[in-house]
Amino acid sequence: MTIVAKFEIPYLRFLDSEGKINKPLPHFAKNSRDLISLYRTMVLTRTFDAKAINLQRTGKLGTYPSSLGQEAISTAIGAAMQPNDVFCPAYREYAAQLQRGVTMAEILAYWSGDERGNQFAANPEDLPIYVPLATQCLHAAGIASAFKLRNQPRVVIVVCGDGATSRGDFYEAINLAGVWQLPIVFVVNNNQWAISVPRTAQTNAATLAQKAIAGGFAGEQVDGNDVIAVKYALDNAIAKARAGSGPSLIEAITYRLCDHTTADDAKRYWDPQTVEQAWQEEPIKRLRQYLIKNKHWDETQEAHLQVECNQQIEQAVTEYMNLPPAKLTDMFDYLYASLPAIYLEQRREVEI
Amino acid sequence: MSEITLVEAVNQALAYEMQADDNVVLLGEDIAKNGGVFRSTVGLLERFGPQRVLDTPLAESMIAGVSIGMAMQGLKPVAEFQFMGFMYAGMEHIISHASRIRNRTRGRLTCPLVFRTPYGAGIHAPEHHSESTEALFAHIPGLRVVIPSSPVRAYGLLLAAIRDPDPVIFLEPTRIYRLVKQTVPDNGQALPLDKCFVLREGSDITLVTWGNMVYETLKAAGQLAEQNIQAEVIDVATIKPLDMQTILASVEKTGRCVIIHEAARTCGVGAEIAAQLAERCLLCLMAPVKRVTGYDTIVPYAKMEKHYLPTAEKIIKAVEDVLSYEG
Ligand SMILES: Cc1ncc(C[n+]2csc(CCOP(=O)(O)OP(=O)(O)O)c2C)c(N)n1
Ligand SMILES: [Mg+2]
Repeated sequence: MTIVAKFEIPYLRFLDSEGKINKPLPHFAKNSRDLISLYRTMVLTRTFDAKAINLQRTGKLGTYPSSLGQEAISTAIGAAMQPNDVFCPAYREYAAQLQRGVTMAEILAYWSGDERGNQFAANPEDLPIYVPLATQCLHAAGIASAFKLRNQPRVVIVVCGDGATSRGDFYEAINLAGVWQLPIVFVVNNNQWAISVPRTAQTNAATLAQKAIAGGFAGEQVDGNDVIAVKYALDNAIAKARAGSGPSLIEAITYRLCDHTTADDAKRYWDPQTVEQAWQEEPIKRLRQYLIKNKHWDETQEAHLQVECNQQIEQAVTEYMNLPPAKLTDMFDYLYASLPAIYLEQRREVEI
Repeated sequence: MSEITLVEAVNQALAYEMQADDNVVLLGEDIAKNGGVFRSTVGLLERFGPQRVLDTPLAESMIAGVSIGMAMQGLKPVAEFQFMGFMYAGMEHIISHASRIRNRTRGRLTCPLVFRTPYGAGIHAPEHHSESTEALFAHIPGLRVVIPSSPVRAYGLLLAAIRDPDPVIFLEPTRIYRLVKQTVPDNGQALPLDKCFVLREGSDITLVTWGNMVYETLKAAGQLAEQNIQAEVIDVATIKPLDMQTILASVEKTGRCVIIHEAARTCGVGAEIAAQLAERCLLCLMAPVKRVTGYDTIVPYAKMEKHYLPTAEKIIKAVEDVLSYEG
């Protein structure tokens, strides 16, 4: 028998769950300022998440999906991208969105059921959250095609969950990205769950990273709780895409340490032991341990950071709560560039 | 100036707008080297190059989704679905995204694209090549659905569709792709969207139709004229949003209306037009509105398809029924 092709999926991790280094750090991670900045973003995101859940529980927000335990992936994405790249998020990407100028007040407005939360005053081109899973992968490929056709050195980052990788859109996007050599990086947040369905019930494939192989490009796994590993993998993939050398796929392995959304009760399907174990792996604690051990961080700074995060979040909540209600006519006024005559009668019904 | 067919008029409009606007790009299956299975994009690869005339891998959800991504970046993609029956895999992107992006982002992102596809029965093609499911799209807020029915209107409406800042579903009636030829000046002049075209004036009855059925209807109107019945024929052309003003003005004049479409009757666009007539000018009607449509069946395979489609004879019969109606 002749072997006509052979493939490998590498796995990358620098920082273990104890905060110990298990291989030489990449260049950027030798700079404590950069690491502290990543750390601060993760803490801010986790604090914001907790506040959002609190708002939901007290009737001030709609259903909300938390990013608890998965902050490293999104934090690394925001840090690795250039401002004029385009981000196509899944719905747990607050850390990246915040770094890209989407405001907490906008995120809260979105989850309260207000389209204005997608207006992104400070970010003209990123996609809003898409509800139909994996569909953003194809729009991301379209955006990357536009960059390529116009010879712009810009890159698209698209994120989807492990569940979303079972959809055709994910495969169709992978296939097109490969054959057209698009400047795009696919990031799969493998948090082990799609609501109640475990990763093992999605696919018999050994990894999700290998789905890139069928598209004719490289896929790799990284420890999604090691922000250094995620950032390093992204830096390389983004540089490759920007240089015109095509797409990459990064499967970031993490754990959803929260209910799917505030409307879910994960106790119905979770094994408590596994969850307890997963808590040992979470991303923030290990980076804090590393920073403290290396004297880059201490308890006083930690306390300051908490105060700062809370202040920033309280300010955003006030802004969100003070947002005046939208005009009812808005439901007509953004349907088309200019509203066709036949709609005018219906629009008059909601005019005040 | 030589006369051209509807499919040649599509090609002429695409070429004109690609020349005029660098943002216009074409994508689809077999559209580049092969010029499309109906040849509507023939010669465009040679003229505009592989950066702007893109053969895609074979995946319709992808064609729809990638076009939307391009459009959000300010390109003006004109994507071809090889047949309407294969467009359904792209429906999620059409319904859940193309039609909603402007609204979802409160105007921050928009979707200026055209999805073209050959549609309709009567060409003896295999199953799924004879679909007339325009009502599926007409139901969706945020879309435009445009159906040309002559070379002149194909040219002018396609230019308008490409220039329109919102998504347009552009359905090209295959049976009349090469049926008639017209002189179509290549002057870049668009025809208005959201407007019906009155193709023939008359005072006795209004015949409302679009697409392939325009020719059967005109044929019927010609024969009716020999019996001294003057039918007004309206080509709706844009079925979403509907130009009810033109239809109402005509029915107020004639007091009678027959709606003709080849799509299945139930929940077809004819039902919407009839409902609006009932709501807005019931008292000007001298007889109930009648519909002549395809049956509420699957379009039969080639051997039976001619028995499915409305014909001039069926239209004339309906007109006679309406004219002889005694309340
Ligand atoms: C096409 C589609 N099907 C179903 C749903 C309902 N739904 C929302 S989230 C979800 C699970 C997604 O799992 P995964 O992709 O792993 O993302 P995660 O929630 O774990 O971040 C499902 C089934 C949806 N939003 N879209
Ligand atoms: Mg998941």
